[in-house]
Amino acid sequence: MATIKLSESKINFIKDVCKSFGNKGGEVINVLHKVQGEFGYLPKEVQEVVALELNIPVSRVYGIVSFYSFFTMTPKGEYPISVCLGTACYVRGAEKVLDELKRQLGIEVGEVTPDGKFSLTVLRCVGACGLAPVIEVGDKVYGRMTPDRVKEVLAEYK
Amino acid sequence: MINVTIDNKHIQVEPGTTILKAARQAGIDIPTLCYFELAGMKFENKPGGCRVCVVEVVKDFNGKPRRNLAPACATDCVEGMEVLTHSPRVINARKTVVELILSDHPNDCLQCEKSGDCELQTLAQKLGIREIPFKGAQSTYRKDQTLSVMRDVDKCVMCRRCETMCNTVQSVGALSAINRGFNAVVAPAFEMNLAESSCVNCGQCVQVCPVGALTLVDNISDVMKAINDPTKTVVVQTAPAVRVALGEEFGMEPGTIVTGKMAAALRQLGFDYVFDTDWSADLTIMEEGTELLGRVKKFLNGEKTALPLFTSCCPGWVSFYEKNFPDLLDYPSTAKSPQQMFGAVAKNYFAQKIGVKREDMVVVSIMPCLAKKSECARDEFKVNGNPDVDFSLTTREFAHMIKQCNIDLNNLPEEDFDSPLGQSTGAAVIFGATGGVMEAAVRTAYEVYTGKPLANIDLEVVRGLEGMKEATVDFNGLPVHVGVCYGLANARKMMEEVRNGNPRGFHFIEVMACPGGCIGGAGQPYHHGNSDIIRKRMEATYREDAGKPIRKSHENPDIIAIYKEYYGEPCGHLSHEQLHTHYFDKSQHVEACGE
Repeated sequence: MATIKLSESKINFIKDVCKSFGNKGGEVINVLHKVQGEFGYLPKEVQEVVALELNIPVSRVYGIVSFYSFFTMTPKGEYPISVCLGTACYVRGAEKVLDELKRQLGIEVGEVTPDGKFSLTVLRCVGACGLAPVIEVGDKVYGRMTPDRVKEVLAEYK
Repeated sequence: MINVTIDNKHIQVEPGTTILKAARQAGIDIPTLCYFELAGMKFENKPGGCRVCVVEVVKDFNGKPRRNLAPACATDCVEGMEVLTHSPRVINARKTVVELILSDHPNDCLQCEKSGDCELQTLAQKLGIREIPFKGAQSTYRKDQTLSVMRDVDKCVMCRRCETMCNTVQSVGALSAINRGFNAVVAPAFEMNLAESSCVNCGQCVQVCPVGALTLVDNISDVMKAINDPTKTVVVQTAPAVRVALGEEFGMEPGTIVTGKMAAALRQLGFDYVFDTDWSADLTIMEEGTELLGRVKKFLNGEKTALPLFTSCCPGWVSFYEKNFPDLLDYPSTAKSPQQMFGAVAKNYFAQKIGVKREDMVVVSIMPCLAKKSECARDEFKVNGNPDVDFSLTTREFAHMIKQCNIDLNNLPEEDFDSPLGQSTGAAVIFGATGGVMEAAVRTAYEVYTGKPLANIDLEVVRGLEGMKEATVDFNGLPVHVGVCYGLANARKMMEEVRNGNPRGFHFIEVMACPGGCIGGAGQPYHHGNSDIIRKRMEATYREDAGKPIRKSHENPDIIAIYKEYYGEPCGHLSHEQLHTHYFDKSQHVEACGE
C-alpha cells in the first residue's frame, strides 16, 4: 500500500478543482492548468491526486505534464524571471541578457535559486517588441535590457 | 458498398474501411509497423505514427491524384479511389521511413532477444535496407526491469502498441508516452521503475512489442545451472497452454498438440521428474470448487459470504485486483494457482515421499505467462526463504532451451509424464483457454453438489473468444449464474459491477488477463497480431480435452489418491495450510499530512 502525502488544504483544493470539471478524465488539461495556477508547479504528489480524482492512470497525467512545455514540475521562485527569446528580442541581444542572468543567479533555464527567490524561464514574445530585448520579473516588464542592467534589476528584489 | 481499385485490382468494400483493410481483403499485403490488430478481439492500435504503410492515391474523391502519400492504416477508402501500394514513389518513401527509424536504433540484432522475431528486422530485410544514410543522435535511456518484464527503450520505435495494450485492453495504466520530440519515450509515471508502478506483469506489452524494447526476463541459465548441479533434484511442471503452442517455435502448424514430444524433450534436457501443471489444475478445481459450493451454501442459508467467487489462477489478475480493488479482497478464491499448488505439493508431499530435503529440490515451471515469474517470487509462497517454485520459464524460453541443446523436437518419440504428479483430466487441459476454468469447475461442482452425473459435460456457452460471457447452469433446480472474461479492462468492468451490488447476480466469475486466456499469454510464441493463431490453440485445447479418457477433475485417480493419502479432504486443514493463500492491499491512497 503506497501512500501519497500532501497537506489537507492542498488535497482539498485539487479535489475542488477536479469536481468543478465534473471529475472527467477528458478535462485533465484544464484541471492541471488551474492547479498549476495555484501551486506554481505540478509536483508528483499533486499529479497523483489529480489522477485518483479523475480516475485516470497517473502515467497519463505525467505523459501530459511532460509533453506540454507550459506545465512544469519544478517550483517557481518567489520572483519568476522570464526572458523573451522571440525574434525581435533575440536579434537585439536577448541571449546575452539570458547568459548574464544565468551567471548572476547561478542557475540554468527551468531551475530555481537555492533560496527559492528567483526562477528562470524563457518564452517567445510578450508583445512588446518595440522595447526589445524584454524580460519579465513576476508581472513587471523590463524593456531595452542589457547585460549591464541585470544587476540593477535583480537588486530591486533583494 | 464503395468501389476502389488497389494495384489495378477492383474491389468493393464497406464504407469506413481503411485502405489497409481493403488491401488485406483483396489479398494485397501492405507492410506495417505501428499498426496492430487482433481481429475479433476488439484490439486495434492505429496511431498512424510510423508511416511504413504509406501508399500513393493516384485518384482521390475529386478524381485527382492526392499530393502526399497516405498512411493506409489511417485513410478511409472513398468511392472511385485508385491506390498504388508499391509504386517507385511508395517504395522510396517506405525505405526512407525505415532508414530513419533505424538511424536511431541500436545495431545489436545478433545479440537481441527479439532477433528472428523482430518486425523491424523483418521489414528492413524485406525492403532490402543495406545502409543507413542518416547519422544523428542516439537515444540513451536506462534499462529497467521487473521480475517479468525487461525494458530497453533505446529500441523503442514509438509504435505505442504497448501503451494501447496497457491502457485500453488491460486498463492497467502503467505505461504512457512521455516527453516530446526526440526525447519522447514510453515509460511509467515519473519514469519510476516499472516494478513500482501500477504494472501487474501481465506482459502483454511484451507480446505486442514489434522490436526488442520490451522483452521477458530470461531465466534459462538459472534452470540450466540447477539441472547440472548434482546435488539438486530438479522437478518440472508444464502448464496446459504450453502444449498447444510450443510446436509453433519449431515450424509446426498453430494448434499442433505436442504433449508427448514436450515430455520427451524435458527428459532429454535433464529434468529429474517430468510432471504436469495439469495435475495440479485438477487439484485446484477440487479446492476452488469446494470453496464455491461452501460459499453458495452459506449464501442460500442467508449467511454473510463473498459472492461471486472470482477465480485466482491468473497472477496478472491477482496483482490487478490487489492494486485496484483492495475493498474486495474477500471475493477471489483463496485457492493458490495451479503453478503454486504444484510447487507446494512438490516441496512438501513429494519431497518427503522421495526423501529429498526441501532445499535440495528445485521446482521449475514452464508457463505461457510472464506474470508467473513474479508470482513464484512472492513471499507468501516461500518457506524460510525457499520458494515453492524456484524458476518459471515461458514457452519461448523453453523452446530456446530445446534449440540450444540441439534437440530435434519434431522427430522426438512421444513420452508420458512421470507419476504421481503427472496424470490429468480433460478438465485440467482446458484451463489454458478462456472459460476453461469455469467449465472444469462446473463439471466437478455440479456432480459434487447434486450427486448426479452431469449429462452434457461440454459447456459450450462459456467457450469461444468473446471477451465477456455469462451463462446460467442449472444445478438440479439451483440456477448458478457464471461469468467469464479475459482482458483486465473487462475484468475491471465486472469488478465494478460487483462493487455496485452485483445486479446480474453472479455466483462465480472467471478472469484471465490475457487475450483468449493463457493460450494468448505473454510467454507464448509471438502471434504478431494473428488472432487465428490464438483460435487454433483454443481448438487444440478442446481437442485434447475431448480425447482424454477422464474429463472431470474429481475422477482423476491420482487426485483421489493424494486426498486419501495426504490432504484428507478439499479445503481441509492441511490443504488450507498448503494449497490456499491470502491477498494484500497494494493500492495507492491519499493521506493528508500537516504542513
